[in-house]
Amino acid sequence: MDIQFINTLLITFKLAFCTTVILVITGLPFAYWLTYTRTKMKPLIEALVSMPMVLPPSVIGYYMLMVYSPRNWFGAWISGIFDVRLAFTFEGVLIASVIFSLPFMVQPLHNGLCSLPASLREASWTLGKSKTTTFFRVLLPNIKPSIITAVALTFAHTIGEFGVVLMVGGNMPGETRVASIAIYDEVQSLNFDTANQYAFILFIISLALLTTIYSVNKTNGPWGIR
Amino acid sequence: MGNKMIHIDIEKLMHTAQGEMNLSIKASIRPGELITLFGPSGAGKTTLLRILSGLLNPDKGIVKFGETVWFDSEKKINLAPQQRDIGFMFQDYALFPNMTVEGNIFFAQKSKDIKAVEKLISVFDLNELRKRKPGKLSGGQKQRVALARALACKPQLLLLDEPLSALDAKMRMTLQDEIMQAHQLSGVTTIMVSHDLNEVFRLASLVISIENGIITKTGKPDEVFSSDSISGKVQITGQIARIEKKEIISTVTVISGSKQIIKVIAFDRDLENLKVGDQVMVFTKAFNPSITKLDKVQPHI
Repeated sequence: MDIQFINTLLITFKLAFCTTVILVITGLPFAYWLTYTRTKMKPLIEALVSMPMVLPPSVIGYYMLMVYSPRNWFGAWISGIFDVRLAFTFEGVLIASVIFSLPFMVQPLHNGLCSLPASLREASWTLGKSKTTTFFRVLLPNIKPSIITAVALTFAHTIGEFGVVLMVGGNMPGETRVASIAIYDEVQSLNFDTANQYAFILFIISLALLTTIYSVNKTNGPWGIR
Repeated sequence: MGNKMIHIDIEKLMHTAQGEMNLSIKASIRPGELITLFGPSGAGKTTLLRILSGLLNPDKGIVKFGETVWFDSEKKINLAPQQRDIGFMFQDYALFPNMTVEGNIFFAQKSKDIKAVEKLISVFDLNELRKRKPGKLSGGQKQRVALARALACKPQLLLLDEPLSALDAKMRMTLQDEIMQAHQLSGVTTIMVSHDLNEVFRLASLVISIENGIITKTGKPDEVFSSDSISGKVQITGQIARIEKKEIISTVTVISGSKQIIKVIAFDRDLENLKVGDQVMVFTKAFNPSITKLDKVQPHI
């Protein structure tokens, strides 16, 4: 029982941590592209990124299951090449949760980049600095509050995920069972004590993360000027 | 350093608040000059600077710096701003908020040269501010840092977009001196946008006057601004504050600037089309001040 409790929490944090790391690596360049692109498809892309915020998690979960199915070309391709099945596995849940949390990473970064005056980027270019140098040394340091917000929101949101994990991962102890699902499960089995422990831990972590976000945004003015 | 002639011959369709306007500029600039682009706002001055810097592309034409082609629409050549070896000072200074004053200057250098940074810091009197972030600097201080930073990359061409627009008169004078000093020190060809006639006369070796997207006049400040309307007579412009009618003559009170009050004697025929609030020019004719409504005389300012 105790080991299962710890295991469930470990999986919860492993999922949140991996999701956040993957989204930081992919979300930063993506937010940069989205901010400065002039493609006419921009509104559509912005809408697609934000979809997980308005769609019921079960809808995303359903589509992910369809995609993962070996009868589908993607599922067949994945299982053919890598010999992995994605449905009801941790990897499957991870991919789904990356997609589901995408707006929580991309939107704060996108807003942060939009709030920077265009002249900062241009000044760095006229000083002979490449786009990459400009990105890492001028743009990123000046949207620090946005980065902290994005990371904390993504992490907290992944911990709070329920629908997608349930649809894609099921409730397999030690593999896809995360705290939010465990609470549901324990309540169903009338184990209120365990449910209470899970709930309390999730409550404290979420509170701590949100307090961090708000205190960072309070001490930092626009563009991280104190 | 940069003893290279600049040739520019470009066209660009601009979308302005007043509708579309074609920017069509053809000019050759000798090395080492300090040039001001003068003209009303929306005339295309900033756009021209941005085209020179490579931040904006013209629709067609050529920009050449010495033998190096920076832009050629026919040969499809377009050097990125990074490759043009320029210093650009932005209207909003664009100092990097995450770096200190000296951090901003160091960042601008191609290779780290502590001596050069120390020199810039002392020339622009930044020693006490060197560890401060731009958020804690006043407008004038930011301007000095921005100028120092633009020079730190040892540019071949220095572009200044209304560098002194946000400052009071005293600060302006000090910074005009600094720009002049920087220009003499480095000898770099400098092009600055300015609205201020004083500034143009103090700094520029050449004025390019731009109106509605085309160059209307080029020359030394004296030549460009000493046209038929300014003829050596004393002329003061201002606004009529009061008209007092007497039996034969009237007194007209004109306020010029914020403090100068001038009283002018006027006859009835002078007063025919004058009323309180009119913009007028007071000028001397046969030793007596006379007054005339401004739309009759076309000053160039």
